[in-house]
Amino acid sequence: MSDALPIEVTSPTPLLELRGISKEFPGVKALDDVSFAVYPGEVHMLLGENGAGKSSLMKVLCGAYRADAGEFYYNGEKVAISSTADAQKLGIAVIFQEFSLVPYLDIAQNIFLGREPKGRIPGTIDRRRILADARRVLDTIGFDIDPSTTVDKLGVAQQQMVEIAKAISQNARILVMDEPTAALSDRETELLFALIARLKADGVSIVYISHRMAEVFALGDRITVLRDGRRIDGVKPADVSPDQLVRMMVGRNVDMTYPRNFADKPGELLLEVKGLSASTGISDINIEVRRGEIVGLCGLVGSGRSEVARAIFGADPVTSGEIVFDGKTISGEPDLAARRGIALIPESRKSEGLALLRSVSDNLVVSALKKLFPSGLFDQRSAQRTADGLIRQLRIATPSARQTVGLLSGGNQQKVVIGKWLAAGSKLFIFDEPTRGIDIGAKSEIFALIDRLVAEGAAALMISSEQIEICHVCDRAYVMREGRIAGHLTRNELTEENIVRLGMHHA
Amino acid sequence: MTDITKEALMPPRSFLSQDAIQVFYRLLAALLICAVLAVLSDSFLSLGNILNVLRQASLTFFIASGLTLVVLTAGLDLSVGANVALSACIAGTVIHKTGSPALGILTGLACGGLVGLLNGVMVTALRIPSFIATYGMLWVLNGLTYWYMAGETLHGFPAGFRQIGSGYLLGLPIPVYLLLVFLGIGTFFAQRTIWGQEIYAIGANPVAARLSGIPVARRLLLVYAVSGTMAGLASIIFLSRLNSAEADIGESLTLPAIAAVLIGGTSLFGGVGTVFGTFIGALILTLVLNGMNLLSVSANWQPLVTGIIVILAVWLDMKTRRRTQ
Repeated sequence: MSDALPIEVTSPTPLLELRGISKEFPGVKALDDVSFAVYPGEVHMLLGENGAGKSSLMKVLCGAYRADAGEFYYNGEKVAISSTADAQKLGIAVIFQEFSLVPYLDIAQNIFLGREPKGRIPGTIDRRRILADARRVLDTIGFDIDPSTTVDKLGVAQQQMVEIAKAISQNARILVMDEPTAALSDRETELLFALIARLKADGVSIVYISHRMAEVFALGDRITVLRDGRRIDGVKPADVSPDQLVRMMVGRNVDMTYPRNFADKPGELLLEVKGLSASTGISDINIEVRRGEIVGLCGLVGSGRSEVARAIFGADPVTSGEIVFDGKTISGEPDLAARRGIALIPESRKSEGLALLRSVSDNLVVSALKKLFPSGLFDQRSAQRTADGLIRQLRIATPSARQTVGLLSGGNQQKVVIGKWLAAGSKLFIFDEPTRGIDIGAKSEIFALIDRLVAEGAAALMISSEQIEICHVCDRAYVMREGRIAGHLTRNELTEENIVRLGMHHA
Repeated sequence: MTDITKEALMPPRSFLSQDAIQVFYRLLAALLICAVLAVLSDSFLSLGNILNVLRQASLTFFIASGLTLVVLTAGLDLSVGANVALSACIAGTVIHKTGSPALGILTGLACGGLVGLLNGVMVTALRIPSFIATYGMLWVLNGLTYWYMAGETLHGFPAGFRQIGSGYLLGLPIPVYLLLVFLGIGTFFAQRTIWGQEIYAIGANPVAARLSGIPVARRLLLVYAVSGTMAGLASIIFLSRLNSAEADIGESLTLPAIAAVLIGGTSLFGGVGTVFGTFIGALILTLVLNGMNLLSVSANWQPLVTGIIVILAVWLDMKTRRRTQ
């Protein structure tokens, strides 16, 4: 691996230090006099709500943005980071949430993309060497896989490993990870944490951006909190409580327990799924959801949760079984399910939930067009009035209903996706990871909204990888494992341990 | 990557929508071309020439208007020209055989619409990318037309029928009235009906559209059928104007229609554009070609100039769009 610096975990000199970094965009100060230091072999947590400046700081670190003001020091020496090449030379690598791998190339080619060992014939690649080199890099991070596997066959967690391997192969000394566990199952998360420990021991410093409080305390050696582009504080995990951190992040008190009025007497049966199977890999699914209930659907990523949601909504063809909604057996495409009153808030709001280049108003009314304009004649003003009402009701932060929805923050985009089904008057809301990538303040707003919906007689089926959310929010929950329902947990049984126990693969 | 503070500080989008701004710039460009031509050529501003430009533009517009809807859904219909040829030949035969222009017109529209519907079936049910489905259809239609006509030319239609393409009403060519009618219908359909809204939504993100409860397949069928029917309409006007039909009349129609759509500001990626923009696009295209004629520039230069205008228009659009995003 790298011919790195002598490692001293207790080294008093930071490996990299940023002093007084500012970065301004037209009309907004993304970073305002931020100082930040990373010591060798530490995991430095970077905390802040969406828009606090984490992404900007990350981009300054890796040279994608040029700081307007401020200085960089590497091992105490003043350096300049004005391009990604500069950052790479200093050994700074970023693992973004969206991976930058080429799907049809194999792992080895991806790791050494642009740096392939040359073969004997000019223009060719020394296949044997690239595989051997890749094998060596993969070994150093403890990832046991054939390097000639093409990347499109890998899961998210494995692709992340390849990204990390790529960074390591470039002698990265500082690894910046942006919400690395956002798309990982619990088991995969554990593997990642083990890898992080290993990298730390090798003296690699890790800047870790997270929205998950548990990770911050499990992994972090130090925590820097950002808010509105400023550094609020730098603390050690031992010296703070989660509540204090949240207060630093949001600048006010936020209740993290998402209080809700649990349904003592759930209403009538709204959705009954009997023996449902689909070609997407789910089989014999039995689920009941009553009015007034929030029912959880949990399990590991890949256990078939989203597939159940899609099958109920008609997005994937059903091979056997029955879906009874509001007393009637239903089947067919999503337009029929939507018309009957089922809403799907999909996992990926950008690719499946929103028309990003259209306006907030266009997106809010798209599912309610028939309801709002029964004559078939569309009226832009009336659509905007409806949109304005929803913007107020959901407290969507947007300058106007005409704003392009792609310009909103994640939380506000999510509210738009929910809002379009409110406009449609849906009765059953299926949420697939409703809080992914959303900051804490917006999270509790989304949960309050779901609570209000069911209190008013709707029903909710909620998929989440955050078991703590399921435990706090749901009346009861189904746990999935390998495409089947592995068990059902009532309100009293609903604990993280029980979810994990039911969801785990049998050893 | 955006954030709340950034949004709050960002000025709300200007009073005009993106579409309105695009159309405005295009009108300005068209007027500018008019002004330049008026200075350079004495005959440009003559009534005869202006009516000629409008009539020419209308022929491109009929095909391009239906095509606009297809492009709004991020699709493409390459078969429109071939469709015009087949529809014209069949409609012409029907008029010759029955002597009834009305029956001929109906057959032409039906033939165009049916071809469009078949395109729609290939795109939705068979999931063939529209570019390929309609490209294949282009060859199939050409083959059918050449086989059907067997080198013959249909010639000579009733005077009443010829009025559609060549007649005047209150001093204006009839195609210009038809242009205004279909410009109105097209704009109304796209902007003021829920189907129009759904078409924009499908073009902007087909997956999200489906998961928002829009019957995507049915809307696409409709859009391709409309595109085909508009080609059928164009075939009637051609037939009536040329007073003849041959198998090869469609070959020079498709690419100018696509040019009009693109110059008009409709994005090939879908979700952005207007039927009115396409009208201006057809107008700009016709004006430039007309100007070149008036200034005695060799017709050999026309394709080159068309190409440059298309590239310029799309490049400017992408530039303004990037700036607002």
